[in-house]
Amino acid sequence: MQLGRVLGSVVATEKAPGLEAIRLLIVQPLDKAGQPSGETLVAADAVSMAGAGELVYFVASREAAEALPERFVPVDHAIVGIVDDVNLEEE
Amino acid sequence: MKVGRVAGTVISTINIPLLEEHRLLLCDVHDVNGIPSGYTIAVDVVDAGVGDTVLILDEGSSARQILGLDHGAVRAVVVGIVDQLVVDGRVRAIT
Repeated sequence: MQLGRVLGSVVATEKAPGLEAIRLLIVQPLDKAGQPSGETLVAADAVSMAGAGELVYFVASREAAEALPERFVPVDHAIVGIVDDVNLEEE
Repeated sequence: MKVGRVAGTVISTINIPLLEEHRLLLCDVHDVNGIPSGYTIAVDVVDAGVGDTVLILDEGSSARQILGLDHGAVRAVVVGIVDQLVVDGRVRAIT
């Protein structure tokens, strides 16, 4: 799982079966220090509560679909939690 | 599996039900020379602490098996605390 920052949402009316009612959010992956790292991606919101500006963590690959009510859906990233705090050891 | 080092913890109140039951560790993933080559957030099943060198499993089916789940959005799990590493016949210091 990786940290990400929600930048916005994607609205799509026509979607593959199983994706109805699934919110899609634009996520900027972050490094552990919270700095942007890599290209933005679209992730399904499995917690149904994430919003723009929020720090989240997401799961990638096949396991992303496991976070959704319908498990065999075409999804490769899913937000599985909202981050309250990251405690890093001091370097 | 990969070798890494626990760099910190991630606190999350709102998450999918499966993840409510587990500690989340932010782990640096190390290459063969012990240099960090990225990080991952992993579920902890061995009570690892910050600073520990650990073994990280990063595969969904095995992760679910360890957690006793049929289904679940989990992939990375800290499955061991490393006591010793031998690379090219030399014992490498565990930091």
